[in-house]
Amino acid sequence: MCLGIPGEIVEMPVDRPDLAQVDVSGVRRAVNIGLLEGEELAPGDWILIHVGFALSKIDEVEAKAALDFLESIGQAYEDEMAALRESMIDKG
Amino acid sequence: MSTDDRTEVAPHAGDRAVPVPHAGDRAPSREEQVLDRIERARRRKAKVREELITLAHGAGGKATRTLVEDVFLDAFRNPLLEPLADGAVAGELAFTTDSYVVTPLFFPGGDIGDLAVNGTVNDLAMCGARPAYLSAGFILEEGFPLTDLRRITASMAAAARAAGVAVVTGDTKVVQKGKADGCYITTAGVGTVDPSLRLSASAARPGDAVLVSGPVGDHGVTVMLARGGFEIEADLTSDTAPLHGLTARLLETCPGARVRCLRDATRGGVATVLNEIAEASGVAVVLTEDQVPVRPAVRGCCELLGIDPLYSACEGRMIAVVDRDAADAALSALRSHPLGTGAAVIGRVAADPPGLVLLRTAFGGTRIVDVLVGDPLPRIC
Amino acid sequence: MRFVDEYRDAGTARALAAEVAALCEPGRRYKFMEVCGGHTHTIYKHGLEDHLPEAVTLVHGPGCPVCVIPMGRVDDAIHIAGQPDVIMTSFGDMTRVPGGRGSFQDAAARGADIRVVYSPLDALKIARDNPDRRVVFMAIGFETTAPSTAMTLLRAEAEGVANFSVFCNHVTIIPAIKAILESPDLRLDGFIGPGHVSTVIGCRPYGFIAEQYGKPLVVAGFEPLDVLQAVHACLRQLAEGRAEVENQYSRVVPWDGNPKALAVIGQTMELRPHFEWRGLGFISHSALRLRERYAAFDAERIFDVPGGRVADPKACQCGEVLKGVLKPWECKVFGTACTPETPIGTCMVSSEGACAAYYNFGRFSRERVREATRR
Repeated sequence: MCLGIPGEIVEMPVDRPDLAQVDVSGVRRAVNIGLLEGEELAPGDWILIHVGFALSKIDEVEAKAALDFLESIGQAYEDEMAALRESMIDKG
Repeated sequence: MSTDDRTEVAPHAGDRAVPVPHAGDRAPSREEQVLDRIERARRRKAKVREELITLAHGAGGKATRTLVEDVFLDAFRNPLLEPLADGAVAGELAFTTDSYVVTPLFFPGGDIGDLAVNGTVNDLAMCGARPAYLSAGFILEEGFPLTDLRRITASMAAAARAAGVAVVTGDTKVVQKGKADGCYITTAGVGTVDPSLRLSASAARPGDAVLVSGPVGDHGVTVMLARGGFEIEADLTSDTAPLHGLTARLLETCPGARVRCLRDATRGGVATVLNEIAEASGVAVVLTEDQVPVRPAVRGCCELLGIDPLYSACEGRMIAVVDRDAADAALSALRSHPLGTGAAVIGRVAADPPGLVLLRTAFGGTRIVDVLVGDPLPRIC
Repeated sequence: MRFVDEYRDAGTARALAAEVAALCEPGRRYKFMEVCGGHTHTIYKHGLEDHLPEAVTLVHGPGCPVCVIPMGRVDDAIHIAGQPDVIMTSFGDMTRVPGGRGSFQDAAARGADIRVVYSPLDALKIARDNPDRRVVFMAIGFETTAPSTAMTLLRAEAEGVANFSVFCNHVTIIPAIKAILESPDLRLDGFIGPGHVSTVIGCRPYGFIAEQYGKPLVVAGFEPLDVLQAVHACLRQLAEGRAEVENQYSRVVPWDGNPKALAVIGQTMELRPHFEWRGLGFISHSALRLRERYAAFDAERIFDVPGGRVADPKACQCGEVLKGVLKPWECKVFGTACTPETPIGTCMVSSEGACAAYYNFGRFSRERVREATRR
């Protein structure tokens, strides 16, 4: 029920301003964008799809920041593990 | 890979207590006690409680199994039926039957006629047989267009030619408008099998490798989209195909008892087949999520609709359980065949916990892949 | 898949898990509730708990809209489905929920025309395509889904699709969280906040949880790394002595929510004075019904629903599971009398229900599973 999937807008038909053609991993569906009235939407934007409606526009800046943070934790962890391994080798 | 059995696992006996191993032999926690009780309840003989047939009974999952055991096996019981395998093998003869009620009748990649031939050819192939002859029974609805019927029979003829089998006998019935949804087809098939072959769902052993012949879930998702109502466009086709050439290649390459079991993953998908094998053999099947091949479009549809590709039907894919030392040869054999180019090793067999299919998720966690309950995709084949 | 795969990376998970473990005070145990059924599903589907230290327990909350529908409402819906010329449309999960006399699926076996749809717009299309039938949409869901029902109603009105109606069972999340907080049996350290509900209502409504109850709430996305990061953020708040509302899901959730979505809900629906929640009892101002103006599309008014209260079976402990007081396996009938094929209660029916998730995904002793899946 909470099922919301990110999809990329690939087309915005001129004759139907309330709809956008959205791509999810190569699969396409028309999605109603009426709930995002007032937002600037264009092909290439990503939106969250829920039961055939777009609920939110995905903020790519925030997404990148979130991923960068996660990656930094990952990197710090990798560095730490590498250091640990190194020090064990030294003990040989 | 652990092959040490710290306990004997009782064969699936009614209420007999199943001795359970516990790490370090400490007393089981309350949670473990509850889970053990549940396992015992699950092993009890299944009984159909409903008074009316529901769609779940046709899904290929738990309800189907219960129905088959409680009603059909109970009524017809005999040694050839007991294994409830894809087909019955008596000496050199393999015999099978299947019915086709797919809706819609025509879908990207094929139609009910293709399924009717390939499905039965495949059931014979899974017994290790060379398919020879098919019968075809048609139940047609009053008002069904002849052009559609000719289209279906043309597909069947082409599929039969491609599979090297002949449709040698058949039957036709017509029922009033409103009953039969256009066309239902039942095919039965006979083939010849080497009597020394011992392919069986109960033959899997700890350490064995589990292979799939290609990406999973194509047919189920294709048919679901073809039904309309989801307004999804995807470049997907059914994977319906005859697998006897593929099975022959595999059995040539891995002779003796190194191939334990072959099963085509139809209704209920790969997950259902693996659960059957785990239960019949009293072993665990451990899958690795990121080794299971799934086409991106299938994955996309499944994410959108909240379905698990492991449960989506295939009509041209098989699972092979082989001795671990034969795994590499088996994989090369499958990949050398046009229908097996996408083959992969997706898991292995473990001793414990018996009867369960487990998944190492891509996220690094674990979960159970349970028997299908209900019917997410009715009338899929 | 973009915005999905990155949040399922096992390597990052291990790293984040190490940080989570490091934030746990030695000797202290933590209980966080994930409110949303979608989060419960994610946790089990990806085996997230394998990355959590022993000290951290996740408690499953009542945010599964299918799970909280009382049996009486299911009976009402089946009553409607049994009326002449009715096509009942519903999301898939709903079709297996047992009422007093069976589920939608059972009703279908007895001849009712029940169809599964992906979107309320699909239901509207069925209505357009079948002008001589009365098409009813079983509307369920929290504030996530209510806007979609609302938009569909507005469209039905604009296009004059007179044979379409909605049986409205939308519920709101804040009263459910309040009920949890007031529950005497439960001690929680923080919340993994609803993700998609928050895209509609924003993050402000959760303020009282931090201010009045002193618990952190972190709004989380639905990929496993999102949930793990939210656990991390809760622990960090506790370690720093803070209690705040945080938005981990900022790529999707705007702090102020979706004004248009809130507007269309307000236009078409109003709060019921009270509504019965399965397991939680009657809660005031916790559910939505159609406004008078939309009476012509209100299935409750069009069809004379019995509106009876059906008591949950004595054996059913869904209420306590929904409140997080009991773990699924602690329910007396879990896995024996109540299983996915023979569900007694709703927690076992929905793929997001705590019991279904645990039964389907986590049912085995985690130790044995870990043994078996170790490389």
